[in-house]
Amino acid sequence: MTESSQDDNIELLTYSEVENVEGFIGNFDVTIRKKARSVDMSKCTGCGECIQKCPTKVLSEFDMELGKRKAIYIPFAQAVPNVPVIDRDHCLKFTKNKCGVCQKVCPADAIDYEQKDELIELKVGAIILATGFSLFDWTVYEEYGGGRYKDVITGLHLERMLDTSGPTGGKLIRPSDGREAKQIVFVQCVGSRDEAKGMPYCSRICCMYTAKQTILVKDHIPDSQSYVFYIDIRAAGKNYEEFVKRAQRDSGTVYIRGRVSKIYDRGDKLIVQGSDTLSGERVEVEADLVVLATAVVPNPDAIQLAQMLNIPYDQYGFYTEAHPKLQPVESVTQGIFLTGSCQFPKDIPDSVATTGAAAVRACAVFAHDELTIEPKIAWVDQEKCSGCFNCMEVCPFDAIISEEVNGKLVARVRESICHGCGNCAATCRTKAVNVKGFSDEQIYAQIEAPFLEEEVEVA
Amino acid sequence: MPEILNREDIHTFKDLVLSLSGQDVSRCIQCGKCSSGCPIAYEMEHLPNQILRFIQLNMQHKALSSNTIWLCAVCETCTVRCPESIDIAGIMDALRKLCRERKVKPGDPKIAKFNEIFLDSIKKNGRVYELGLVMKYNMATAQPFKDATLGPAMFGKGKLRIPPDKVKDPSPVRASFNKAKTFIVSVLKD
Amino acid sequence: MEIGYFPGCSLHSTAQEFDMSVKAVCDILDVHLKEIPDWNCCGASAAHETSEELGLALPYLDLIKAESARFKMVLSPCPSCFSNLSRTHEKLVDDKALRDRLKDVTDGKVYEGTISNKHVLGFFMDEVGIDTIREKVKKPLEGLKVACYYGCLTRLPGVSMDSIEHPLMMDQIIEALGAEVVDWSHKTECCGASLSITKTDIALRLGREILDAAQRSGAECISVVCPLCQSNLDVRQAGINSMYKTSFSIPVVYLTQLMGVAFGAPASQLGFDKHIVTPDILKKF
Repeated sequence: MTESSQDDNIELLTYSEVENVEGFIGNFDVTIRKKARSVDMSKCTGCGECIQKCPTKVLSEFDMELGKRKAIYIPFAQAVPNVPVIDRDHCLKFTKNKCGVCQKVCPADAIDYEQKDELIELKVGAIILATGFSLFDWTVYEEYGGGRYKDVITGLHLERMLDTSGPTGGKLIRPSDGREAKQIVFVQCVGSRDEAKGMPYCSRICCMYTAKQTILVKDHIPDSQSYVFYIDIRAAGKNYEEFVKRAQRDSGTVYIRGRVSKIYDRGDKLIVQGSDTLSGERVEVEADLVVLATAVVPNPDAIQLAQMLNIPYDQYGFYTEAHPKLQPVESVTQGIFLTGSCQFPKDIPDSVATTGAAAVRACAVFAHDELTIEPKIAWVDQEKCSGCFNCMEVCPFDAIISEEVNGKLVARVRESICHGCGNCAATCRTKAVNVKGFSDEQIYAQIEAPFLEEEVEVA
Repeated sequence: MPEILNREDIHTFKDLVLSLSGQDVSRCIQCGKCSSGCPIAYEMEHLPNQILRFIQLNMQHKALSSNTIWLCAVCETCTVRCPESIDIAGIMDALRKLCRERKVKPGDPKIAKFNEIFLDSIKKNGRVYELGLVMKYNMATAQPFKDATLGPAMFGKGKLRIPPDKVKDPSPVRASFNKAKTFIVSVLKD
Repeated sequence: MEIGYFPGCSLHSTAQEFDMSVKAVCDILDVHLKEIPDWNCCGASAAHETSEELGLALPYLDLIKAESARFKMVLSPCPSCFSNLSRTHEKLVDDKALRDRLKDVTDGKVYEGTISNKHVLGFFMDEVGIDTIREKVKKPLEGLKVACYYGCLTRLPGVSMDSIEHPLMMDQIIEALGAEVVDWSHKTECCGASLSITKTDIALRLGREILDAAQRSGAECISVVCPLCQSNLDVRQAGINSMYKTSFSIPVVYLTQLMGVAFGAPASQLGFDKHIVTPDILKKF
């Protein structure tokens, strides 16, 4: 991350959001809102005095609310840039016009309460989406406590606990009473592979990260015992199968094959009701801590972003690739590329690979001055066009624009955006718009050909 | 010698269960959630998911002769939690009926007998005569003194009614028994 | 209002307390209950476990009898009876072929589909309303800690409640009566149902887990809405103590009995003398 912030050819815009995108491949007009940090980035040295002295503590989102951060904060130690931001919803200066300590103690005079959001207009030739994923809201599983048991957490919570620079200093503790956890149960497929209450697909990464977590847990707490309830183990990667075996053989993790039906509390322990279909036995495990491997889902604003960019997405909100086998890193809309889990859950090697592929594909766009595209796209016979622009209304890709020709406003198809779907052709009342190769006349000719009386020479 | 799995069409039993219960067992990925939540699973010969596995592999006799299908209390815990929305309790019901139709020896003869005595009571009285039900069941299963200690306490509290509570007009109920087709045990005929 | 009443076989014998308290409470709420004339057994589990058609025919007869008596709504306190009537009604409404077949099988009339089936929780929450219940409370059950036990009710076919795994309908009524509900883990765990007779050991094991969870949560009594649940936890409590060397003494009362006490109904109308584990804790109200 630090490297990319220092590269001459990369301009890093942090704490910013894309607000609008217009245009097409090679010619996108992007509006970006640089949100106000309330800190002048050109002055801040990253000394951290402001954070030290800030009196306001807030639950930390990055630490999954296991710990706290200040109202002026850097989300995590390795964040780039090393410049804090003020959370205006909680900062006393902004909520009650009190305090102001950070400004007083800042040696570089970098705090600026008056700072405003900045709108930037950029012209870009290609867009690569790497917006990542969120986790499924597992509290719909009332049978697992619906979120009421503090000691039932997700894999991401555990990651924060295992981090020695995290909220618990690397200690694996029960959120309810702070005691060290010794008997830990991992439940896989919570929200995944579930057509009834969750997502029908497999989230791909959980089997591997769960195995990793059990290895780390054993490292941290040698007298702990981990149990993993699974349905199948998906370890299809280089050294993946061997890694899972390592968890079983070297770290003593016990894998139990059966989906967990219920988790409830008995005294200060949690009872995990499961079964082991391999031995044919119903089993229960008494746990100090239960870690749920929750499903990977698109971000809550994924669809909103897709609509802003005019790119298609599937029924879950994952962005649709141009071809599932042959074009996995390109979206259907030309000039927009996909990488990482915004297209579908991926692990690190696959995310890195797809990012490299997307980057090269984007470069390929710039390698030429002209773009070669599929010929099966729509075109407007502007003499026939009545200027009603119904076609513009129905185009899912915003490919049709209006232009003035001989004093008349008519439609024109922007060729590099058009996908040849034919919505416009079907809608046009004057038959001015047609998809090349599929005009009405051409289709009628195809239909009539078998019924022609005269013989036609076939070479 | 091991039994050849594909002597007949392997989907045979699965298709039959589909037509009887409306449930498509090929949807089951054997995740085990049904077995995990079943309160009776500890006492069953086979776990609920194993019964579904027998159906998937056309192991008809194993499914029908298991005591699992009789011990099922129809609490529906499996049905409401199944990620594939399979009505497992409904499948157990269908298997109970099929077991009777094919005259397979029930995996738990006592429970099967209990149902018969229960229905007998309805057929005679239009309503269940609880005291008679329990007494007949105890005799039929050679446990004459079962729960004998409870009897006096319950009598004392007026919980057990003698004589039986009957309907005035038993004919529509009798008609149902005589005419209801399929899976009706011969012992209940007039 | 006048509604049809389907007591079912248990309420006339082993679960008379339920019958008595439902009637006492409805009396106070100005709900006039009229038994469905000559009702027959709904078939419980035995019928649908043995014959598909018999399992539908028996409740069908009761639905017809209810319609003939011009009832619009039928209250069935026993969850099993309710489920049988309700799911039969739902199947009949959509399926004309089934309607014709059942008419044939029962030598009966055609069911018009007009009956609205209710169980006690749905009836009290939707038809009577929590506010009315609160108004009728004369003796708030202050300080009484109640564990609300739903059994398998939330999962039965034909039942629709606020939540399958974490229902609150009974809890809300109990709170409206002034009592305190405890949060506990076995709200919807199976009691063993009729296995109590055929496989008593199973019912004892399940009953023990439920009583244990209730006790650990600090409950002074368990509130139920099912005759089998009540019987398995009350009548079998001594057996559980004997088998597991426990010393449970938790009264298991029907929701309607608690409502009766809170409404000020005389104890003689509520059947407390019929319990094996006597609800002494309620004497103070």
